[in-house]
Amino acid sequence: MAANRGVSRPSQKPPAKGKERPAPGRGAARSRTPLQELLGSYLSHHRKTAKDSAQRLWRSPVASLMTWMVMGIALALPVGMLLLLGSLQGVSAGWDSTARVTLYLEQNAGGDTLDRMRIQLASRKDITDVTVITREEALAEFRASSGLADALDYLDENPLPDTLLLTPSADIRNKQGMEALVDELEQVDAVARVQVDLGWLQRLNTITDLLGRGVWALALLLGAAVVLVIGNTIRLAIENRRDEILVAKLVGGTDAFVRRPFLYTGIWYGLGGGIIAFVLLELTLWWMSGPVEHLASLYRSQFELSGLTFEGTFALLLASVLLGWLGAWLAVKRHLDAIEPNQIEAGHA
Amino acid sequence: MIQFEKVSKRYEGGHTALQGVDFELSRGELAFLTGHSGAGKSTLLKLIMLMERPSAGHVIVGGQRLDQLPRRQIPFIRRHIGVVFQNHQLLFDRSVFDNVAMPLEVTGVPHRDIGRRVRAALDKVGLLSKERMNPIQLSGGEQQRVGIARAVVNKPPLLLADEPTGNLDPGLSADIMHLFEQFSQVGVTVLIASHDIALIRHMERRVLTLRQGRLTSGDSMPDEEVLYGR
Repeated sequence: MAANRGVSRPSQKPPAKGKERPAPGRGAARSRTPLQELLGSYLSHHRKTAKDSAQRLWRSPVASLMTWMVMGIALALPVGMLLLLGSLQGVSAGWDSTARVTLYLEQNAGGDTLDRMRIQLASRKDITDVTVITREEALAEFRASSGLADALDYLDENPLPDTLLLTPSADIRNKQGMEALVDELEQVDAVARVQVDLGWLQRLNTITDLLGRGVWALALLLGAAVVLVIGNTIRLAIENRRDEILVAKLVGGTDAFVRRPFLYTGIWYGLGGGIIAFVLLELTLWWMSGPVEHLASLYRSQFELSGLTFEGTFALLLASVLLGWLGAWLAVKRHLDAIEPNQIEAGHA
Repeated sequence: MIQFEKVSKRYEGGHTALQGVDFELSRGELAFLTGHSGAGKSTLLKLIMLMERPSAGHVIVGGQRLDQLPRRQIPFIRRHIGVVFQNHQLLFDRSVFDNVAMPLEVTGVPHRDIGRRVRAALDKVGLLSKERMNPIQLSGGEQQRVGIARAVVNKPPLLLADEPTGNLDPGLSADIMHLFEQFSQVGVTVLIASHDIALIRHMERRVLTLRQGRLTSGDSMPDEEVLYGR
């Protein structure tokens, strides 16, 4: 039968399809060194494994997409919050350097007092700049921007006081320095009220610091969740390919060889999740940008929701790939090494 | 090629599978390993494959002592041993060609050589025309021959077979045995675990008989009495 066609004459066989090369390149004819050969086949195996892992994911698109979505959402959430936080810190940082003290004078102070105070304040060393807004200017501005022009016409007299905007010098721009300045200014008779922007700026700073920590804690937790999700998905993949793993180990596959496809699967999950996260973030930013701009303009702020920079996008994808790889690695470490060929004959006597 | 020195294997739980097994197989020798179910045939093969470690004694394969080999080294020993299973352990998610190619991919054989060597192995077992089929489409005998092609594709010096004809009818079994004979003629050491007494007698080769974990015959050259049951 077929069996005795074997051993004695395999060489008489015409070369198989796709192998008809002039002068068979066996042995000496090759110019590549054994090391190059080995490296080449190692790399080509990596390529093949990477491609094969990706194709496996494509073959079950719904399941893969679900995993990608889970990863994408889990990553987009903390990254989005970090972006928001970054924007907020941008606001407070921008204002911090121009912390200003606003002096409101008494209604009856009059132009002379205003001039006197302006000169007096401008000569102080701890104040770098003094800007005057007279009550007439203030009214005109208010009339223009508030939309209450008609209502203002009913008023007999201007309800707004003269105002001085002071920019303190850098060396007193701290809590004690500002408090001392404010205390001193409040003693002046003509001054009705002193207002410092710093108060709420400090609060904003503290709040953003606190939020920052919260977001990082959240990012850590969600990162761990991503690792676990990928780990579990890879565990299932390992179970599905148990036979293949056994055979690979049996014919002399090293641990690295057996792990490789699963690590690549983890990397593909990570990359897909990162891309989904990026798309989600961009969509959300685009959707939110209109209202945010409007809100910022209402507060006369330069506040701007900053999107992901090129480096940020790269970092997001890298982190995502690393998380996917880490999840796969944990699953592989935990479950693959436990599959040993001595279980192979469980089914037979 | 294979050397067992006072090898014992006791499993956790106290079951003793092998006890003081001593034998030697030289290069190019073909021998049978026989005995009742549970006599320790599979355990003996697993010790050679490093699927199990001996509790006592030494297992030496190809001049290398296996009992102290670090776990990391195991794959490199297995690459020199071809194994054929009763249930052939083929993968049904890929073609016959890809099944046979596995040992070559594992060892990092360059891609262009894989095709040539896989087809040589398939030709040897007479299945060249079926390389693109899924093993599930093949008959039992053909599947077993694919298993053999996979076991010999990287030209191992040692070939182990665990009940390779267990599921086959006598005619197919004889074909398979003939294949093993051909391998031994080209210098491959072949050890076949089987309890198909009729077939073993017909082959007239050395027989190692295990009884309750002890080697009761075959530690030297074949014994007529054992072979022919006189």
